[in-house]
Amino acid sequence: MTETTALPSFAVWKFASCDGCQLTLLNCEDELLALAGKIHIAYFPEATRAVAEGPYDVSLVEGSVTTPEDAERIQRVRAVSRRLVTIGACATSGGIQALRNFAAVEEFRSLVYANPTYVATLERSTPISAHVTVDFELRGCPIDAGQLVEVIAAYLHGRRPRVPSYSVCVECKRRGTVCVDVAHGIPCLGPVTQAGCGAICPAHARGCYGCFGPQDSTNTGSLAHRLRLLGMSEQDMVRVFRTYNAAAEPFRRESTRLEEVSTP
Amino acid sequence: MIDSPVDNTTQRAAGSAVVVGRAGLQTLVDVLATRGYTVLGPTVRDGAIIHSKITSLDDLPQGWGDTQEAGRYRLRRRGDDALFGFASGAQSAKPTLYPTSVMLGRRSRNGNGAPTSVGTPPADAGESGDGASAGPYALLGVRSCDLHAIGIHDWVLGGRPDAGPDPDYERRRRDLFLVAVTCGDPSGTCFCASMGTGPRPDRGYDLALTELLDDQTHQFLLEPGSPLGANVLAQLPGRPAEDADLAAAHQVAQSAAGRMGRTLDTDGLREILYSAVNSLVWEDIAARCLACENCTMVCPTCFCTSIDDTTDLTGTTTERRRVWDSCFSSAFSGVHGRSIRTTVASRYRQWMTHKLASWIDQFGTSGCVGCGRCITWCPASIDLTAEAANLRAERNGANGAQASRALRRTT
Repeated sequence: MTETTALPSFAVWKFASCDGCQLTLLNCEDELLALAGKIHIAYFPEATRAVAEGPYDVSLVEGSVTTPEDAERIQRVRAVSRRLVTIGACATSGGIQALRNFAAVEEFRSLVYANPTYVATLERSTPISAHVTVDFELRGCPIDAGQLVEVIAAYLHGRRPRVPSYSVCVECKRRGTVCVDVAHGIPCLGPVTQAGCGAICPAHARGCYGCFGPQDSTNTGSLAHRLRLLGMSEQDMVRVFRTYNAAAEPFRRESTRLEEVSTP
Repeated sequence: MIDSPVDNTTQRAAGSAVVVGRAGLQTLVDVLATRGYTVLGPTVRDGAIIHSKITSLDDLPQGWGDTQEAGRYRLRRRGDDALFGFASGAQSAKPTLYPTSVMLGRRSRNGNGAPTSVGTPPADAGESGDGASAGPYALLGVRSCDLHAIGIHDWVLGGRPDAGPDPDYERRRRDLFLVAVTCGDPSGTCFCASMGTGPRPDRGYDLALTELLDDQTHQFLLEPGSPLGANVLAQLPGRPAEDADLAAAHQVAQSAAGRMGRTLDTDGLREILYSAVNSLVWEDIAARCLACENCTMVCPTCFCTSIDDTTDLTGTTTERRRVWDSCFSSAFSGVHGRSIRTTVASRYRQWMTHKLASWIDQFGTSGCVGCGRCITWCPASIDLTAEAANLRAERNGANGAQASRALRRTT
């Protein structure tokens, strides 16, 4: 089809992940038609069985690297991609499966699988950027549809994506949400977490869970002090820093420090 | 521009002031609505005092007060029927007059790539976050601190000779009807008395309201501050104010001035900040500062914004918006892809030095009106007044506990 080959080609790749982030692309209902007219989806198994050969103008990569096979496969993906954008907490920080990084994988394997001999897995779950050069990282568990459209629009028009790196607090204030921490004493990771979700949880009287990972100027030690004042134990704090972005460096460092001080 | 401190000590003459009861106050709300204003007043929402649309006195926080300390805000029951018995709410008038996001323009182009239209911002392009419809607005219950903040913005945004007016601000401000209120119950983080900005509104309002509440009566003294205010006042059922009413209002302000939870010694503060570039206090603050930007978002005078240009997927339409930004974000000082203020210590120093020192040189007043919001809403409980005292003590070579904390930490 000649009219589609002139459009920029996009490929969507999956590594260790739940598929939620790539499904965000299909959930962009208001933009799907405009999107279909502007890009050529050359490889997207979740949406179509049609496969077009690379190279691709833009690859969207979901998931982390957890197996030896995937460690090789990401190199091939990089080789056929002009630009490589990682999407979601798994791809940008290692995801919830990076909890393995804090324990011995051998123990999980023997407990979970009847015959672990056939399970080839790496000691750690690592983000894509630990293996290849990444052009842009889009955070979130899952990613925000509006931010994904912004990144695609930016690449279509040759500009930089406008994706802020400041804290969730800014989004709360912009939408007029009263601070759940200050006004209600609810533990909240908002001050150390990057914006992007639109501050959904505080708008529903919940603290931020840190789905978008660390903001650009993270002071996790100060926040831990705050969480302690709000009644959280060190063990509880270890758990809140170890969720979807457990292996993101500022969160990993803080949870490790808290684990050390909580262990007698 | 408001440049002289509030005189809380002189009792005013009765003049054209009027005393109304609850029914009269309700009439004020009705008259403003009839005149086409969307009336925004204090309401209780999500555990805080928030300005939102009101139609009836029943919408006001009757019987609610607040308790505010560094990093802590709680509503409390007062035990009386006061309608304005609380201190600074979660936000000032800033989101109404200077919304978080304002569309500056929109452009489209045709198939040849040529611009076909230059969009003008729609009448209500901004999302003020208060959930109310388009103005003109009448703001009911603006505290003296926030009134002074509006005065500062009138100068900074409304047309100082070297900059010219911000058209969006000018339009919102021109149409605004301001009902100020004497603060009767300041909070633990209030220090307007130190800044000379309260608690009694002195000018810049259309009407000034003082709630007069005792065991027998619940009345409101209304003083006109503009011809429009006097015109509205003439429509209200009430009686001419007597000297006793003025004395009672004076007493409300006097009592409040004596119950400020914080003080800020402004004597020589500008020079102290200018000489504190290399102070150890900044590092001590940075150890606690979350760089979350809450202080700048709730500050009634912080006005920094950035410009967001976006294109849609098809590339036929671009939009330019002005959105709130903050000197605490790394990207805010980004020049050619790199941040100039890489450390949080340098950002806090920039914010505080501008607010309390270079603001005076730039705009003729301090940038702080003593509302206390930056203290209350800081999740790290950082206290501007305490840090200013630390800088002063450091400069004086004092060996007080607070001052030496920063020094001890590095030795």
